[in-house]
Amino acid sequence: MTTATEPGYAGLPRLISLMTGDDKHSAAAESTVDVLWVLYDRVLDVTPENFREPDRDRFLLSKGHGPMAYYAVLTAKGFLAEAELATWSDPVSRLGHHPDRRRVPGVEISSGSLGHGLPIAFGTALGLRARGLTGPKVVTLVGDAELDEGSNHEAIVVAGRAGLENLTAVVIDNQSSTRGWPGGIARRFAVEGWETRTVSGRDHDALHDAFTAAHPGRPLAVVAVVEPKG
Amino acid sequence: MSSMREAFLSTTEEVLDADPDVAVVLADISAAQLAGAAQRHPDRVINVGIREQLLVSTGAGLALAGLRPIVHTFPSFLVERAFEQIKLDFSHQEVGGVLVSYGASYDMTTAGRTHQSPGDVALIDSLPGWTVHVPGHPDEARRLLLESIPGDGRIYLRLSAQENASPHLGVGFTRLRTGSRGVVVAVGPVLDRVLRATAGLDVTVLYASTIRPFDAAGLRAAALAAAPEVVLVEPYLAGTSAHWVAEALSDVPHRLRSLGVRRDTEVRTYGGIADHDLAHGLDAGSLALSIKDFLQG
Repeated sequence: MTTATEPGYAGLPRLISLMTGDDKHSAAAESTVDVLWVLYDRVLDVTPENFREPDRDRFLLSKGHGPMAYYAVLTAKGFLAEAELATWSDPVSRLGHHPDRRRVPGVEISSGSLGHGLPIAFGTALGLRARGLTGPKVVTLVGDAELDEGSNHEAIVVAGRAGLENLTAVVIDNQSSTRGWPGGIARRFAVEGWETRTVSGRDHDALHDAFTAAHPGRPLAVVAVVEPKG
Repeated sequence: MSSMREAFLSTTEEVLDADPDVAVVLADISAAQLAGAAQRHPDRVINVGIREQLLVSTGAGLALAGLRPIVHTFPSFLVERAFEQIKLDFSHQEVGGVLVSYGASYDMTTAGRTHQSPGDVALIDSLPGWTVHVPGHPDEARRLLLESIPGDGRIYLRLSAQENASPHLGVGFTRLRTGSRGVVVAVGPVLDRVLRATAGLDVTVLYASTIRPFDAAGLRAAALAAAPEVVLVEPYLAGTSAHWVAEALSDVPHRLRSLGVRRDTEVRTYGGIADHDLAHGLDAGSLALSIKDFLQG
């Protein structure tokens, strides 16, 4: 939902700079900012008004470190007040260097330790299906180096075999995995039965298409390729 | 009489049939026994295979989706292998679940260290707010499971092959014997041998099948009515509840003897449960010697 008072995508660099105090941390330098923006602006049905409703879409930020882009998007979408951003990591602030679901409105999981988001998202997607809530999507964001954690592979296998159509994993690929993924990240998901789409993590329309085109009977992995980690 | 494990599995089936908000997550262990329930409730009986990290995280995800998860496997794999998942995906997320283990400290005696878990309660005890049930009888296991389903608390239910002859369905510390020379606390399956070990001794015997929350008021009342000499007998690591005893009696000069599974060495014994009881000084004879020695000291 967009209103005239919302800062929009162009306002994100300024919101991020309120936290970093550094304009060089522009939106373009944040590996997740475009994916987060497309999800919250065009894909997910989750708003400050409905984020406690059972049939909302869920976004689980697994890669919890460097959450400035996340906080900026949540602010742009009205979950947080802009004034809070300048206090981030202060004792008075709700905004830490890893997000806390008990403190930040709209945050679905507290994250930081890697390899938890996708397994939790798997359980959440199963749970929604078991409750007959077939509409909501469960989207989790992981980094390509985070995929090194074995817990992700446990979830990739079982979610693929379970055909969890309501589950989406988006992998931000900035080529920072220590051993890499021969044949590409998408292949890791594809062999387990996931639908996979590899797109530019900076191309909003391509991301939107990747997230929204149908993938009946299969979970979806979107590999969002961004600049290599410098 | 069925075992605690059988009581757990049959009660879980009943709960699954009756309550659409309950789901069970398994990692192959007990999956065959729950195959019928899985057929009736394919969305709510989930076997993730031998993947214990996923086992625990799946339970947390189910809770986030509004279900009440029962998460079950052997304690080594449930609590020790996947401990960070318990710490972060249940405790840190502040979601609830019922974690149920079967195997205890050394039920699987011939399997060796890999299948023994005397540290599970101490690990859970490092996290705030968990309820820990250590039933001593299948009827207690059934009731404690049923009482764990409502609400959204974080529950650890520790089932064992060791059990007492009769159930004691009390709340907190139940006083089974009253004496004047001290207080002996028996947790779960060690009760019957504690009663044998203290036969003829002038001591109060308290029993608990729920050890967290710790019934500090019950212990304090018993210790002040008898003498502030406390023997703690737990079927897992010796002294796991010692800090709670110290807290309960912090303003009372007291002595404490903690008995349980040895901390000072890894006992590399096969054989049966009775052999392990002897190795840890947890048989009735060894307990009698330890308790008498302490009270005379």
